[in-house]
Amino acid sequence: MTTATAEAAASQGRLVRYSSISRGRRRTLYWSYFFLIVFVIFFLTPPVYMFITSLKSSAEISAATNPWWVYHPTLSNYIDLLTSNQYLIFFRNSALVSVCVVSLTMFISVLAAFSLARMKFWGSATLATGVFLTYLIPDTLLFIPLFKTFAFIHDKTGIELINHWWVLIILLPTLTVPFCTWIMIGYFASIPKELDEAALIDGAGYIQMLTRIFIPVALPGIIAATIFCFTVSWANFLYPLAFTTSADQLTLPVGIVTTLIRGDVYAWGQIMTGALLGAAPPLIIYAFLMDYYIAGLTAGATKG
Amino acid sequence: MADVVARDLHIPAAGRQLTLQKFARRKSTIAFVMVLPLILVVAGLVIYPALYAISLAMMNKSMQYFNIFTAKNNFAFLFGRNTFWMVVEQTVLFAVTAVIFKALIGFIAAHFVHNLPAQGQRKWRGMLLIPWVIPPAMSTLAWLWLFDPSYSAFNWVFAHLGISQVAWLGNPYWARFCVILVNVWVGSPFFLIMYLAALKSVPEQLHEAAAIDGANWLQKIWYVNLPMMRNIIQITALFSLIVTFANFDIVKILTNGGPVDQTHVFATWAFTLAIWGNDIPLGASVSLFMAPMLAIAAYFILRNIRRRGNEA
Repeated sequence: MTTATAEAAASQGRLVRYSSISRGRRRTLYWSYFFLIVFVIFFLTPPVYMFITSLKSSAEISAATNPWWVYHPTLSNYIDLLTSNQYLIFFRNSALVSVCVVSLTMFISVLAAFSLARMKFWGSATLATGVFLTYLIPDTLLFIPLFKTFAFIHDKTGIELINHWWVLIILLPTLTVPFCTWIMIGYFASIPKELDEAALIDGAGYIQMLTRIFIPVALPGIIAATIFCFTVSWANFLYPLAFTTSADQLTLPVGIVTTLIRGDVYAWGQIMTGALLGAAPPLIIYAFLMDYYIAGLTAGATKG
Repeated sequence: MADVVARDLHIPAAGRQLTLQKFARRKSTIAFVMVLPLILVVAGLVIYPALYAISLAMMNKSMQYFNIFTAKNNFAFLFGRNTFWMVVEQTVLFAVTAVIFKALIGFIAAHFVHNLPAQGQRKWRGMLLIPWVIPPAMSTLAWLWLFDPSYSAFNWVFAHLGISQVAWLGNPYWARFCVILVNVWVGSPFFLIMYLAALKSVPEQLHEAAAIDGANWLQKIWYVNLPMMRNIIQITALFSLIVTFANFDIVKILTNGGPVDQTHVFATWAFTLAIWGNDIPLGASVSLFMAPMLAIAAYFILRNIRRRGNEA
């Protein structure tokens, strides 16, 4: 009987406790929503403001009315840019550079990662770590010696490497290859050994093993690496700024900054439209492949 | 080539000893051939330029080596210039402050997202990651327009709230604040995602045990989450420190180093000296000052990799 009362008292106590915990949880939830809204406002103000400005005519911008509202929405900025030859050339250059860099990088890094993860040879572990360390060397350290080297090559052989958009296809892999190789090593290493042993017994060669087993099994990793690679080559600003100057050789980010800003005259409506359209490809990829995008982001550090 | 190897496997027992040996030899050959493009890219476009930068730093403007016994070299010249020390100060201030705030915002926001019911998290996470997805050059243009001297949208709000106008990019102190703010804006989603992934790996039992022991939310964060997330916190901060130290896009577009060189960081100053000032060796010497930071980071990351290797 005493145990029964004790139990009753305990259950009553638990009931009271329980409700207070749930009330506490609800309060936590409200506060979480409140602060998350604050963060979202902070994070989304610039892109939203870009969109608002892109819908304004230059007359409305210079009239200095409420900057956070569009009174006379117009698509003229979009039409102007999408029919301007120059902007389309920037877009084409960016697209060509990104596609080539992505294919080149994925070819190099998938082969290398397969070899480093599975086919151990003398120095392969050191090489894998070394590749990761080269990822830490930033483009801001590399562009000056590369610039000088290209000038030197021009002097010796007459091949002009500076001021051509395709030179970015040679340059950008310095940023993408080490990281992609590193995350692909992680994905390949997580594939069970039994799979490739089974393939070996069935008489598969190494290339077959790679194309029939490793690439299909590690496809999420390959997609994540591809997205990373595309984002980096699309967004890079320093290399095109340093290595290309003529208006028909520029990629999108540099093109917008250097051609739409003429001296002190800023065509803000067009700049914001151009920037928004330039940000669209990564944003669209992100919208559809968010999980892969995030997987690539977190794989780099957690697999270290 | 691999097909040849595969066929070799089927050769009957008589020659097995020999083919197996050959096979072993060929395996490493194939492996090496597969890594070769990587080695070429890394050696030719990363290692070689990095070493060439050191060599460049020892030359004068007309690309002749300095006599090492005279004090007239690039480094002596830089150490004697006030601008250089200002750039060092600004780079350290910029990188350290930005990383601290990125980590704080990321940590706090990650906890708030983690508190939400599981099905709602995706939507919020999706919105909060957008600054990281937009190419920094593009989003910095939006900030430049928000900070515009005559049409600043922030100043418009301030005017309506009765707060005095701010010369965002015209005043050196505000300009420093602005470049850090934009960097924090771009970088904190990355911290948010990393910390959220780390939070998910903290076992729920630990929180329950802490709750039974009467821990409040602050104690749960301090005594449970922080120790469990320590590794990720460190490695993310280190990564971000390297990237922020070497930042170029934001400062270049937002202030271009101005007003009066007050917001230059190593990367933008090196660019200005090398490409605009046409003094490539001097620019290379400036950019080399990013290397000590890299060495420190490399040391910690290597130690981390080795420690994890031992645990496994």
